[in-house]
Amino acid sequence: MLELRKISKHFGGVRAVDGVDLAVARGEILALIGPNGSGKSTIVNLICGLFPLTAGRVVFDGADITDAPMHARVSGGVARTFQNIRLFGQLTVWQNLWVAQNSGEQRRQSFGRRWFGGSRGARGEVERTLEFFDLAHKSNELAANLAFGEQRRLEFARALSAKPALLLLDEPAAGMNAEEIDQLDNRIRKVRDDGVTVLLIEHHMELVMSIADRIAVLNFGRKIAEGTPASVQANPLVREAYLGTPEQA
Amino acid sequence: MDFYLGLIQIIGVHTLLGLSAYCVLLTGQVSLAQAGFFAIGAYVAGMLTVLAQWPLIPALAVSAVVAGAVACAVGFPALRVKGLMLVVATVAFGEAVRLFFFNFTYQIQAGTLHLGPHGAEGFRQIRYFPEHGWSTLDVVLFIWIVVALVMAGLWWLDHSRVGAVLRAVGEDELAAQSVGINITAVKVSAMTVGGFIAGIGGGIFAHYTTHIEHAQFGVVLATFAIAYPILGGLSNVFGTLLAAVFIQGFLIEGLRFMGDWRNLLFGGLIVLAMNVRPRGLLDAGTTRALKRLFAAGKERSGA
Repeated sequence: MLELRKISKHFGGVRAVDGVDLAVARGEILALIGPNGSGKSTIVNLICGLFPLTAGRVVFDGADITDAPMHARVSGGVARTFQNIRLFGQLTVWQNLWVAQNSGEQRRQSFGRRWFGGSRGARGEVERTLEFFDLAHKSNELAANLAFGEQRRLEFARALSAKPALLLLDEPAAGMNAEEIDQLDNRIRKVRDDGVTVLLIEHHMELVMSIADRIAVLNFGRKIAEGTPASVQANPLVREAYLGTPEQA
Repeated sequence: MDFYLGLIQIIGVHTLLGLSAYCVLLTGQVSLAQAGFFAIGAYVAGMLTVLAQWPLIPALAVSAVVAGAVACAVGFPALRVKGLMLVVATVAFGEAVRLFFFNFTYQIQAGTLHLGPHGAEGFRQIRYFPEHGWSTLDVVLFIWIVVALVMAGLWWLDHSRVGAVLRAVGEDELAAQSVGINITAVKVSAMTVGGFIAGIGGGIFAHYTTHIEHAQFGVVLATFAIAYPILGGLSNVFGTLLAAVFIQGFLIEGLRFMGDWRNLLFGGLIVLAMNVRPRGLLDAGTTRALKRLFAAGKERSGA
């Protein structure tokens, strides 16, 4: 469903991403891991169009979206969350989800209903999403006033509101406690079971090993391994990237 | 009495000007072009009623559309830049409009009179109201009906999804794009609506003063335009109204007895007001408190 063909991103002399090939299959949870600064977030930013590529193509659902603007990619089915939470703090929880309903299908609803009050369908969707993320009781709170864990959930909920086919989760477990990570694990599985493909970037290995169908490992902007959780764990290159070479250790 | 009616007219027109800046400010853009749109509205409406003998309401409608169209055209290039750069770009636009009218002469002979804009001398004899027998009170009523309609329209817009989208863009453009909002389209639309409202305000302004000239539409007016929504707060349209009353009614007219000291105090009081109420005179907290008060009153009268 998503194909990255030899994508590169150089910032000046820094090769943040250097010729990475990666394919995400429909319906899977693919985890992208790697040490800090290995280029994971840069890949997410390239997929969603935050900045232009230095080289390579991004193909989504058979269409080349390398040069499409960010908002068009969302309505085309690619949504993301941010590693450092970026909610609309002065909007309510409800409004945060409301403004995010920008999928192609939602756009096809009549202009008046979509813009001026939201159809009953749109309101129902917001309510169901709030329910699913256990935020319904906070629906009229300003997003800025939520606790950290709630903000993380809202960020996830907002990304889902555009009904994406592919969801990019950039470190959704950062700063969460064990119980919250358990809930996150369940929610990601549920979302996948509902037909959303997930590209997960995460440092929390327990979560990654538990839910990922496949794992791709990055180091210094290059892909050094790809495969099932077991094969990646056994890969000496991966151990080296995380722990250093035996001589250094 | 006429003094007060005149003051109420000024407040009404300046409220429209402030509301035009309010739309744009919601998306986080500081535009000093609103005085330019206001000027375009004033000249277009004046020329339509004086030179083409149009009735007032169609003339105002056309002036609003023309000002809105110019705002839309200016919005595309101007909104590509941000922050201070946008301020500079919009000041430049406003000055360009002012200088255009400084040089703009288009007069026709009507008996012994020359009618129409006449460059630096301005555009005199916009006498629609006296010619059609409108009393000052009629004009006041007309202005405030328009203000009420515009405020109602913006209030509704504010509470629809449009309002939430505008505010989302104002808060975080990157996050807005990442949820699929086309921020260029949103910002240009806000600019267009702002230009439309400024055009109506300018059209009314031309008719109640009967004489307009380029110097009235300078940077000072543009500064007033953004001062109202900033001082009033962006939580709803009533903040802008309150700020227009505060600045025009209290700071400018109310302090007239102080002579030359007024200007000093004027600046000082605005700084003070912004310090005491950093989120505007009518911020979200005050609005909630008023709503609670109102709800409590209703319950009591209901019981």
